Amino acid sequence: MAILGALNPMLTVGLDAASDSAWRLDAYVKRGGYAALKKILAEKTPPEQVTAEVKKSFLRGRGGAGFPTGLKWSFMPKAYAGDKYVVCNSDEGEPGTFKDRDLLLFNPHSVIEGMIIAGYAMGAGCGYNYIHGEVWAVYTRFEEALAEAAAAGLLGKNILGSGFDFQLFAHHGYGAYICGEETALLESIEGKKGQPRYKPPFPASFGLYGKPTTINNTETFAAVPFIINMGGDAYLETGKPNNGGTKLFSVSGHVNKPGNYEVPLGTPFSTLLEMAGGMRGGRQLKACIPGGSSAPVLPGTIMMDCTMDYDSIAKAGSMLGSGAVIVMDETTCMVKALERLSYFYYEESCGQCTPCREGTNWMYRIISRIEHAQGRPDDLDLLTSMTPNIMGRTICALGDAAAMPVQSFVKHFRDEFAYHIENKKCLVPPDVQRAGSGFFKATV
Amino acid sequence: MLDIEIDGKATQVAPGSTIMDAAELVGAYIPHFCYHKKLTIAANCRMCLVQVEKAPKPMPACATPVTNGMKVFTHSQLAVDAQKGVMEFLLINHPLDCPICDQGGECQLQDLAVGYGGSASRFQEAKRVVFQKDVGPLISMQEMTRCIHCTRCVRFGQEVAGVMELGMANRNMHSEIQTFVGRTVDSELSGNMIDLCPVGALTSKPFRYSARSWELSRRKSVSPHDSLGSNLTVQVKLDRVMRVLPRENEEVNECWISDKDRFSYQGLNSPERLQRPMIRVDGALREVEWTVALDYVAHALKDIARTHSGEAIAALGSPHATLEELFLLQKLTHGMGSGSVDFRPRRRDFSADGKRAGTPWLGLKLAEIKDLDAALVVGSFLRKDHPLFAQRLRQLAKGSATQKAGRVSLISVTGDDPLIKLHAHLTVAPADLAAALAGVVKAVAQLKGAGVPAGLENCEISENSQAIAGSLVGGETGEKRRAIFLGNVADQSAQAGALHALAAELARLTGATLGFIGEAANSVGGYVAKALPTALNAYEMFAQPRQAYVLLGVEPELDCHNPQQAVAALKQAALVVMLTPFASDAMKAYADVLLPTAPFSETSGSFVNCEGRLQSFKGVCRPLGDARPAWKVLRVLGNLLDLPGFAYDSSEQIRDEIVPQGTDFVGGLDNGVGGLALATGGERPALQRIAEVPIYSSDPLVRRAPALQQTADAAAPTARICAATLAQLGIADGAAVRVTQGQGTALLTARADASVPPGCVRVAAAHATTAALGEMFGPINVERA
Repeated sequence: MAILGALNPMLTVGLDAASDSAWRLDAYVKRGGYAALKKILAEKTPPEQVTAEVKKSFLRGRGGAGFPTGLKWSFMPKAYAGDKYVVCNSDEGEPGTFKDRDLLLFNPHSVIEGMIIAGYAMGAGCGYNYIHGEVWAVYTRFEEALAEAAAAGLLGKNILGSGFDFQLFAHHGYGAYICGEETALLESIEGKKGQPRYKPPFPASFGLYGKPTTINNTETFAAVPFIINMGGDAYLETGKPNNGGTKLFSVSGHVNKPGNYEVPLGTPFSTLLEMAGGMRGGRQLKACIPGGSSAPVLPGTIMMDCTMDYDSIAKAGSMLGSGAVIVMDETTCMVKALERLSYFYYEESCGQCTPCREGTNWMYRIISRIEHAQGRPDDLDLLTSMTPNIMGRTICALGDAAAMPVQSFVKHFRDEFAYHIENKKCLVPPDVQRAGSGFFKATV
Repeated sequence: MLDIEIDGKATQVAPGSTIMDAAELVGAYIPHFCYHKKLTIAANCRMCLVQVEKAPKPMPACATPVTNGMKVFTHSQLAVDAQKGVMEFLLINHPLDCPICDQGGECQLQDLAVGYGGSASRFQEAKRVVFQKDVGPLISMQEMTRCIHCTRCVRFGQEVAGVMELGMANRNMHSEIQTFVGRTVDSELSGNMIDLCPVGALTSKPFRYSARSWELSRRKSVSPHDSLGSNLTVQVKLDRVMRVLPRENEEVNECWISDKDRFSYQGLNSPERLQRPMIRVDGALREVEWTVALDYVAHALKDIARTHSGEAIAALGSPHATLEELFLLQKLTHGMGSGSVDFRPRRRDFSADGKRAGTPWLGLKLAEIKDLDAALVVGSFLRKDHPLFAQRLRQLAKGSATQKAGRVSLISVTGDDPLIKLHAHLTVAPADLAAALAGVVKAVAQLKGAGVPAGLENCEISENSQAIAGSLVGGETGEKRRAIFLGNVADQSAQAGALHALAAELARLTGATLGFIGEAANSVGGYVAKALPTALNAYEMFAQPRQAYVLLGVEPELDCHNPQQAVAALKQAALVVMLTPFASDAMKAYADVLLPTAPFSETSGSFVNCEGRLQSFKGVCRPLGDARPAWKVLRVLGNLLDLPGFAYDSSEQIRDEIVPQGTDFVGGLDNGVGGLALATGGERPALQRIAEVPIYSSDPLVRRAPALQQTADAAAPTARICAATLAQLGIADGAAVRVTQGQGTALLTARADASVPPGCVRVAAAHATTAALGEMFGPINVERA
């Protein structure tokens, strides 16, 4: 189990780390699961009230953008006569992020319950959970969980005798990062090539199969039952103002215990780092990417002053994103790290928009050149003048996601890049890098 | 209406308009590649980024809807920086070798790079290389490295041609436009993708590297092929047609042309072009001077008229001949004392002749098709017979954000997919076509609560007929527009009269418009020119052999309803005079005089398209060899025969005699018919032939266009039979068979084809391998060879 620790947990509360059956329906019900759904259905809570409760909680999208969930739900047309859809985005492809994988693996029913409640709130009768294609076990387990829920009368026609119908289907992708972009995800469900759509129209008016659709992240849906149970105000109090609730953080990199940690929003970064066992080998924190690989990197000194919530990280010049905390110590070569990230974005660009299709590859080739002792004196200026031509010039945010790491790495670690170009070698000696990687015996 | 200000110029646009639409209104140019007014918005090239007041980042003009009070700056620093940024990205992997690119000089990327590109590239890496693809004889994808991924070609296939033959495979900068593994592009509209491609990635295979665009004179012309009358720009170099492009006319061909219109020009320089007059001397054809040939024809015709009578002479024109040519042909024939003149060689049933209220036509304007609520097409190979007419129906069936969809139904003799979202599709044997339409008439009569029309008491109503009837009746809003179109098969069938009468009755019952799509460029014009029989019609003149034949632009063994009968009649005749741009070996076997006439590119003339639009054109180059415009040849013949009224100086003078000067649409158009009883057609033979006219065999010019002849549509005819009928005949799929009609046989391969109705054999007409056969929809015999 890769959920290694928690502080005032909600999503992972009561989860037995050693058990093989903690994910099952009966275990979830024992933990208080489906109480929220039953309450709503029994009390016939008006759908608007459910949405209002979510709004009150200040739950913000856990997929990366941090858009207020209740507000998003309220965009769905209420009087629409045809089908409406609720879609769960479990296409977790951002490097560093692995929280949805564990959430679906160890607590799938919380997502199912959250989606049913969302369907109820928005008047949608059908939902899809789009699961990343490279985590097959998660997909098969979710199918099993769906079967359990259906057998218990929690899914399908006339749920628990309430007259409310909700169908839920699992759908797996094939591992394309771009399918995590919500409209590309819709295209992919429709059986087309996963390419983002131009917005407007937004999914709330023209979504899956052209019908009103709301797409939320897995963790967002999983939080919904807790909001209903404890009330929006109580949920908000768990975190800090404008940043309600707890959040799963995927901590990876040079820490002693990489894994998922659930902490209330607003928890100091230092606390999270401590939970993850501190820096490996007691080395210094050099840099941290706080929100998944597309978030700008922050130097260690700035990071240590941050608390883990949307506003604090944004103030420091980065973003909370999906909550993937990539920790880098002093043995890291920032040029090599950026080369690897740039390769990812170049490879995963869908190829639709010119700036992203051409620019991601160009950026990668320049950075790769620098890393491999072929850098030129004007390369850094070229990078800084080219990246703004990609940012905000594309249909979806992949262009921004590719450009932001480049901009921030060059901004915060310009000397290291310059050293590379001038001296045709790394500032961090190769043997130090190897030692820090953890695959070799530590010598520093 | 919404107020918008673009670069300080204020205008008003309808809600739903984009910034691009508004910019067009005020005359502001916004650079773009992926945007095309006829295609859906992709917003992927990002070239059209503009500054919008209050927007934090530049917005794509093609995809951003106008909001009230919006202020847009297309040339502000922010906008131009964004556009230049995109241009840099477009150019980094694009070869910068315009001087050796076929598109050079007419390339959108080249043009815009002048305005927005840098003078030197900052990209110093090796450029991407994309492998070439072979997608057939028409489109060259030899230089796919030039592709900028605008996906116009992909969207054209999906949205206009109705079939997605090209797609973008792979991700990131390795994205490639390609067909589904190894397939060719077979759409009959595929050539438009070449026009749409803003760079030199998709080029014309027959044209590429044969001329530079600035060497070509651009001349206006009109397509001589189908009844649409597509407007063409013909590009000429040194008196040779090098290329044909669409000339935009929103009311006719929009900005498209079919591949037939585009690539048939290759036939103009065919080795079979007849360049000198020839006459038969002592059994062999010899080249002679024009004066000798014309003297010979005049004397021979006079002789026959004297020794027999004028009625021993018959004249047959092609429906692809010009208005002026057909007019002079009928005038000459009548002048010789014969009433046997016609221009409808593929017609079988002439029972409506003399009963028509006027000239048969489409019944409405082409541009009105989009407003229909329902349309029924009877007897047509829609896509292959009328590619762009079918395209209009495809758009109608699909509808759009601004246009309501209409319900399109089809009654046809094969199950070929028209790539139109059909409301109902009824496939019947040709002999049952009238019965099928009668079923719809009866169903409509019942829905309307009217009595069943006399003669239709016994006909059956199938489920599909009921569905079609429902679409034609629909709600009684009174605003509804419906149309019934009779296609080529309906015209060529032995039941043409019955189908006309039934369709007229259906139109009367439903208030729908009745129309004929028309087979050829001048199918309406022939009626206007009065090239119509007062004695023997196009079928009878061969069924009752004559002494002399004057043939204008037809190849009887390929163009007649019953080629076997036509060739037999020609072989026994004392005189066969052919006015033709081409001479084939088959023609040389029976022709006594071959007079080289000019094809559409070398003569002036007029075509009247299916909607009655009179379109005159001039020659775009000098006639090849000694060829002469047919109207001049007929004029001289008239003079030599001492006939009155042949003193014309120009084709315009002839045209002005036929229709009043300044005519845009001809008068007298009326599809009404009187005195034809409603009938459900005759007996059905044991095995019936279904003869389509393949798209690239339909007239002498396309038959000689090499590239078109290499397409999948030009494959040699086979005997296509449904599996059940094949089993009854004891013939295996793929077996060699002998197909017989009357005295004629053809050796073909049998093919199982589920789209062919039971009891029918689909054997194409208008092809050398089947020219020995008989009637297009006659009885046929198939046996193992």
